[in-house]
Amino acid sequence: MTRRWRGTRAGAPALAAIPLVVLAVFFVYPVLGIVGQGFVSDGRFAPGAVLEVLGRPRTGRVLWFTLWSAGLATLVTLLAGLPLAFVLHRLSFPGRGLLRALVVVPFVLPTVVVGVAFGQLVAPSGWLGGLHLEGTAAAIVAALVFFNVSVVVRTVGSFWESLDPRREQAAAALGASPLQVFGTVTLPALLPAVVGAATVVFLFCSTAFGIVLTLGGLRYANVETEIWLLTTQELDLTGAAALSVLQLVVITGLLVLTHVTRKDGGHVDRAAGTARRPRRDDAWVLGWSALVLAALALPMLALLTRSLTDQAGRWTGANYRALAGTAGGTLPVSALTALANSLEIALVATGFALALGVIVAGLASRRPARASGRRAVAVFDGVFMLPLGVSAVTLGFGYLVTLDQPPLDLRSSPWLVPIAQAMVALPLVVRTVAPVLRAVDDRQRQAAASLGAGPLRVLLSVDLPAAWRSLLAAAGFAFAVSLGEFGATSFLVRDETPTLPVVIYRLVSHPGALNAGTAMAASVLLAATTALVMLAVERLRVGAVGAF
Amino acid sequence: MPGIRSRRVAALVAALSTMAVAGCALSSSGQPDDDPRTVVVVTHDSWAMDKKVIADFEKKSGYTVKVRPTADAGELTNKLVLTKDHPLGDVVYGIDNTFASRAVSSGVLLDNTPSDRPPGAASYDLTEESGAAQLTPVDYGDVCVNVDDAWFKKHGKLPPTTLDDLTEPAYRDLFVVPGATTSSPGLAFLLTTVAAKGEDGWQDYWRRLVANGVKIDASWTNAYEVDFTGGGGNGDRPIVLSYASSPPFTIPEGKTRPTTSALLDTCFRQVEYAGVLNGAHNTRGARAFIDFMLGAEFQEQLPDQMYVFPVDEAAMLPPVWAKYAKVASNPWSVPPEDITAHRAEWLRQWRDLTSR
Repeated sequence: MTRRWRGTRAGAPALAAIPLVVLAVFFVYPVLGIVGQGFVSDGRFAPGAVLEVLGRPRTGRVLWFTLWSAGLATLVTLLAGLPLAFVLHRLSFPGRGLLRALVVVPFVLPTVVVGVAFGQLVAPSGWLGGLHLEGTAAAIVAALVFFNVSVVVRTVGSFWESLDPRREQAAAALGASPLQVFGTVTLPALLPAVVGAATVVFLFCSTAFGIVLTLGGLRYANVETEIWLLTTQELDLTGAAALSVLQLVVITGLLVLTHVTRKDGGHVDRAAGTARRPRRDDAWVLGWSALVLAALALPMLALLTRSLTDQAGRWTGANYRALAGTAGGTLPVSALTALANSLEIALVATGFALALGVIVAGLASRRPARASGRRAVAVFDGVFMLPLGVSAVTLGFGYLVTLDQPPLDLRSSPWLVPIAQAMVALPLVVRTVAPVLRAVDDRQRQAAASLGAGPLRVLLSVDLPAAWRSLLAAAGFAFAVSLGEFGATSFLVRDETPTLPVVIYRLVSHPGALNAGTAMAASVLLAATTALVMLAVERLRVGAVGAF
Repeated sequence: MPGIRSRRVAALVAALSTMAVAGCALSSSGQPDDDPRTVVVVTHDSWAMDKKVIADFEKKSGYTVKVRPTADAGELTNKLVLTKDHPLGDVVYGIDNTFASRAVSSGVLLDNTPSDRPPGAASYDLTEESGAAQLTPVDYGDVCVNVDDAWFKKHGKLPPTTLDDLTEPAYRDLFVVPGATTSSPGLAFLLTTVAAKGEDGWQDYWRRLVANGVKIDASWTNAYEVDFTGGGGNGDRPIVLSYASSPPFTIPEGKTRPTTSALLDTCFRQVEYAGVLNGAHNTRGARAFIDFMLGAEFQEQLPDQMYVFPVDEAAMLPPVWAKYAKVASNPWSVPPEDITAHRAEWLRQWRDLTSR
């Protein structure tokens, strides 16, 4: 005990400095740079104009829509995702690995393509035309759920998997019904992971942009679309600054709320093979999960169909053959080359996100003895969630106006894209790994230390084995974030090396029948690649479970 | 146990070294932007050009070209205004007549006189006060209402021909248009109605359009590729706002005639300009590139690459264009100064009118 603390007391602040400096340079400074411009008029600090924007009735309406649409979408995502997390992470059945990989696919699909696929589904002549969802808020919420189910399945699932099953078994042995076991043992133990996942989903939904624009038919606006409109179309930096400040206030409120309600969850154990075969009393949860999977599959099937048909609705492979070309010069490189770029950038971004995320999660999962220390940890934990809740437009324009002079003239640096993506992936890594590290019984560390293990040895033999699964889950997630990221990437990517989502966007927004079809085929390619990467990560995971 | 651990370490080392290799590949990226032999072209994301054409320029001039496409014309202009002190490149291409005066009045451009202008190009010039000295027209396109003739034939109806037809009950729920606040053709159509119905009359026209069931989408893509019957998405609406150059793309395989056509009385002309950025590292290269864009080689590639018409009236058009991509003889227009002065106000009114 004493050795551990002596060794780390000076180390922790030094270690914390690394991610904090990265956050300051690549997030805080650019955001302050662009928001600051909104506070200045005629060279003087004039916050009055910003306050005036906050008082507009439209601002109130926009904020209200943001909050209720994101809140409802988060709730539905949890209802859809939690049973699926159980089925895919606590039960074992053939094809489970494939399903796990496929569930992540919606998360990386470009919003512009999902917008087209959903638009076709809900159009009066579409497969779901009878539901009259076209242009409604329900369509927006449905699409948000489609994107985010995988966040719940993966972050909660990897925690669930590491959870020691013996308490549940004990409760069951003492006569508790499955429902009682879930309510009194499992759910309280899962709570930190569920709250973490819900926070992330809410932030994703409240900053959703493409979906709200595409499916809302311009009748709905959230804070994000409003910032985009004000910044890119009207150059109203004051209005945009006001809304960015509003976003920050909402996130801070949310983080304080989740911190206050956070309780310690159950203990994780490195027990191998917690998955069991499905039983008869799993029927309800299996049926519900099948329904959720079918709902996730529908837009993907629509996409696949469109990629395999021509304008007249006949089957064709032409869209896929076009992937090797540049659409007659529309693209700087072929979709296949763009995929290679995407993979390369994703590898680097994952490395950044994991390195920083592990440091942040490790420090954030500490429980210092003093209250001031605990508060410092909570704030430290919270600030790394901020990139998820702040507009990509604000961040992108911030990069443009701040990182433009030496020593930070990075606007055309190839490193900027993976760094920006890593900033987006970082909160996910932290939210996946931290609950597991927090759940490691501190007495295990103390026991190891008292047996003579140094801090590094404790980390390697206590924390790493427990966190290994969640680390892999986090790595897969960071990779997926990078593969699918469009908002910040489109601002920063260099034309010579576009990523696949950027190429898809360019294809889909150019006239020409084959271009739209090729964009659909390229999206299927992106989806397939994601699924393959996730499967490969699963393989690593199986090996790791066997290792302990 | 030790064997397993060393296997994991090996995997870790392998992963790290792959990252290192990827990182090296990322950083080996040619010369920096401020190299005097490099011309950096900032443009919108509809940019497309044959690599051979650019290579010819590089060979003749000795410059290396770097193209940086970014967003649409509006966002492009705003980015240039925001980065005035440290410009994003040397030359800008793609500012259009709806955003020209914002760029000019913000001082992001230098004066530029091309060395040799093709015949007819001067007719697309801005007025002196809105920046003719700084912005050189390169190409133009007409944003027009398109109709799916095949659909109307199949349903035994006559297609509309004028703006007023679109508010008739016969065309109820048949028209889809991209939004003015989120799409540049959408803004062009709003300006069409301002020009046709007057500064005080367009609001009423839009009220009638909305009452007649017009569908407003966020983007051209969603309007044309999802909701238009002739666009490949098997949509439900046979009337769409698109370009005069769209019909040639609807010639079915093995056939020679397009199934759609553009209504030439409903067009707004978008002219795209090029200019030299104030504070550019390489103004000489920027001027050379603008001269090159006005040359026949670049001009003749414009239709196939970017679906726009060259300002050079002597440039050869692709055969299907010459036949089926008609341009309006009398397109609607609004002076750029008026657009800049009223854009925010018009868009706010439009937003209120259309978000029921």
